[in-house]
Amino acid sequence: MPTLKINGESKSVDAPGDTPLLWVIREEVGLTGTKFGCGMGLCGACTIHLDGTAVRSCVTPLASCTEKTAVTTIEGLSATGAKALQDAWIAHNVPQCGYCQSGQLMSAASLLATNKAPTDADIDAAMAGNICRCGTYARIRAAIHAAAAAMGKP
Amino acid sequence: MTLNRREFAIRVAAVGGGLALALEIPGFAGGDGAAATGFQPNAWLRILPDGAIVFVLDRVEMGQGTMTSLPMILAEELGVSPEDLVIELAPAARAYVNPNLAMQMTGGSTSVAAAWDPLRTAGATARAMLIQAAARSWGVAATECSTNQKIVYHAGTGKTATYGSLAAAAATLEVPDKVKLRDPKAYTVIGKARKRLDAEAKATGRAGFGIDVQIPGMRIAVVKRSPVFGGRLKSFESKAALAMPGVEAVVEIPSGVAVVAKRYWQAKAAAAELKCEWHASPHQDLSSAAILADFAAAARSRAKTLAEAGDAAKAFDKAAKTVSAQYTVPYLAHAAMEPGNCTAHVTDDGCEVWAPTQGPGLAQQLAAEITGFSRDKVRIHTTLIGGGFGRRLYQDFVVEAVELARRVKYPVKIQWSREDDIQHDFYRPASVHELKGAVDGDGNVTAWVQAVGAQSIIAQCLGDWIRAIEPAWVPQSIKQMSGLAATGILKALGQDPSATEGAEDMDYGIPARSVEFVSREQPIPVGFWRSVGHSYTGFVVESFVDELAHAAGADPVAFRRNLLKSKAKPLAVLDLCVEKAGWGQPLPAGVFRGVAVHTAFGSCAAQVVEASVGKDGGIKVHRVVCAIDCGRVINPDGVEAQIAGGIVFALSAALYGNITVKDGGIEQSNFHDYAVLRMPDMPKIEVHTVPSEAAPTGVGEPGVPPLAAALANAVFAATGKRLRSLPLKIT
Repeated sequence: MPTLKINGESKSVDAPGDTPLLWVIREEVGLTGTKFGCGMGLCGACTIHLDGTAVRSCVTPLASCTEKTAVTTIEGLSATGAKALQDAWIAHNVPQCGYCQSGQLMSAASLLATNKAPTDADIDAAMAGNICRCGTYARIRAAIHAAAAAMGKP
Repeated sequence: MTLNRREFAIRVAAVGGGLALALEIPGFAGGDGAAATGFQPNAWLRILPDGAIVFVLDRVEMGQGTMTSLPMILAEELGVSPEDLVIELAPAARAYVNPNLAMQMTGGSTSVAAAWDPLRTAGATARAMLIQAAARSWGVAATECSTNQKIVYHAGTGKTATYGSLAAAAATLEVPDKVKLRDPKAYTVIGKARKRLDAEAKATGRAGFGIDVQIPGMRIAVVKRSPVFGGRLKSFESKAALAMPGVEAVVEIPSGVAVVAKRYWQAKAAAAELKCEWHASPHQDLSSAAILADFAAAARSRAKTLAEAGDAAKAFDKAAKTVSAQYTVPYLAHAAMEPGNCTAHVTDDGCEVWAPTQGPGLAQQLAAEITGFSRDKVRIHTTLIGGGFGRRLYQDFVVEAVELARRVKYPVKIQWSREDDIQHDFYRPASVHELKGAVDGDGNVTAWVQAVGAQSIIAQCLGDWIRAIEPAWVPQSIKQMSGLAATGILKALGQDPSATEGAEDMDYGIPARSVEFVSREQPIPVGFWRSVGHSYTGFVVESFVDELAHAAGADPVAFRRNLLKSKAKPLAVLDLCVEKAGWGQPLPAGVFRGVAVHTAFGSCAAQVVEASVGKDGGIKVHRVVCAIDCGRVINPDGVEAQIAGGIVFALSAALYGNITVKDGGIEQSNFHDYAVLRMPDMPKIEVHTVPSEAAPTGVGEPGVPPLAAALANAVFAATGKRLRSLPLKIT
């Protein structure tokens, strides 16, 4: 039975290797913060990190992870030091329905991990894969800038 | 301000020693036993001895902020902070009927407007009774007491008591006939920007939606449905599907065939192995071209008749200029981020449903009809909703889940895919408009004829809604007959006010104005989509007014100001918008402005769009300035979020939204062929509210109607090309 290292904990998961990680995380591990939006990697709602890099879990099979791969979901985000991002999300009242926001945060965290002071164009490029039907894009952008500024302070 | 008992019947029930207030909505008092029994509490406010203040939220939270704005209203009058409230989502019960919609439903931009009086009364009444209880126990006059957060105090003696400690005593008091509401000048909560009460949960993955519901022993099902509208199941071969891992059952239900497994991925894989045969449908050759041709012919014929009649004909004869135009808008999908889903459990004793629904009352009625249980044996748990926009007013996902649950007896969740969601929607209706307008030599519009060829939304949903509105004690057979009769009458009359709203009742003073709906039957399911008829009348009216302005050689703003000269409210909104947008001031090279103003859901919104058109015909939106009069603003931050969100929703439709029909089914299936707005497309959006002390009016939808026209008008200014169909494309 495969083992997943998810948010720092090792879990045995009883699923075939071609099962998308999205459904393993939601149904085998029981973490429902990662959402299903399209099943084709087009909307970003399912975004998680594998070894710190954002991936779309609905098109990433279980077999692409070893027991050493660090899988991070929204539930484990603040432990990675991205709490400033979540604080900025709350301070700016970013979410409306909230369904896309786990994926938005995971993509944003991945951006800030590699780019400490992203421009608007950097943010557009990094976040273009995350759809929000409530239209919170302006506040997402503002929150990313605010988090970058907060994280940049010594 | 005081409210009188004649307007509301207020009943107090002591619940476990706490104080509970119930409001019976006039018109249904005593008719339906559901509020009094078992599972359905009928209070909005419970104050418990341990100090907990429970607020029952009866309008669903789907992003529009009811979970923050409604607690703000009640908290203001109760004298506490909204953050002090423990929020429960209301079950389906009579006490929670939306007085503006006649049933328990969230929509039509009514939540704050409908709650404004009842929640202020509930909060103020509770506060008055707590003060009275304290005053009695201290032997002082109630008028000498006041409150500070969750404490009643008497300044003279320094005595204090917490709300919690007073709850039991307050529950024994008679509810006062009249209650004084707080002077708005003293507001400390209402009118001030507030942090959303659900922001933290939604930023940490802890917010639970319908898709996240987990019930012990639950199975997951995927449904295979006819790919063609009107297709009926002929036969299915389930052997291969049943042999797949984790699969437990393959069950025929009215909407198709359900494959039930332990896990979603197992059900989905097995559904791919399910072989279904469908009877040929009468609609299997249907296409968008045929539908639109049908609408266009109907509109053209009716418009011709209207233009040749009475005052309109005379005005066209005398006109300085006349303009004729045909406008076309497509079907649109809602495409909320959370695909449809519902969990249901049917036992011998009753039915339980967990659903991201905008209509718990409707869900309860339909589940009761399917299972044969009385309404009080049907429990509806409304979850947070991952986007509504009107889609969740339709209970098809609830019906499917209950139909399956009653056949399998274990709890079961039906999960829709994105493909299911896009191909089995209740679409914003497509429509074709035939218009003719006349201007005189002074910039006045002297005639406006508009015929709208489209399907009727209300004809499709009226039967279900009537049965849900009628009290439970009306026999089911009568309900069925009245639903059918009403639908039949409506179809015979060809009426549907939602089809011409925003055009038939436009703000502009135009003599000889006739706007008519020509109802056409097509098998495409249609429904309420954010701002409904306004979603296209905003585009058509504000584009055609622009055409008339240009025909008259007038500035588009000045032309509209003239037509609004007797309408103070829209005039003030338009003026605020153009002031903030800097209409008339220089723009960077290649950037042009368009304007639109439109009243919907009691509010008036105006927008100025700045856009440019590239050499390749690509349309780029740089800035949208919106002014809105929505009455008194409860939460300014919430209003900005909703108006900006409405603008994004409208822009997505204006640039990309297009659902097409081919071979009797929907061509689009996911976000690769049903494109929506993404971050790189985002313009700068600025929202300004007109200061007002009038009662609050709608905010969720009014940001949508003006956008497409404001953009199309900017494109005209940029290119001289008048785009009369959506989505906007320069060819």
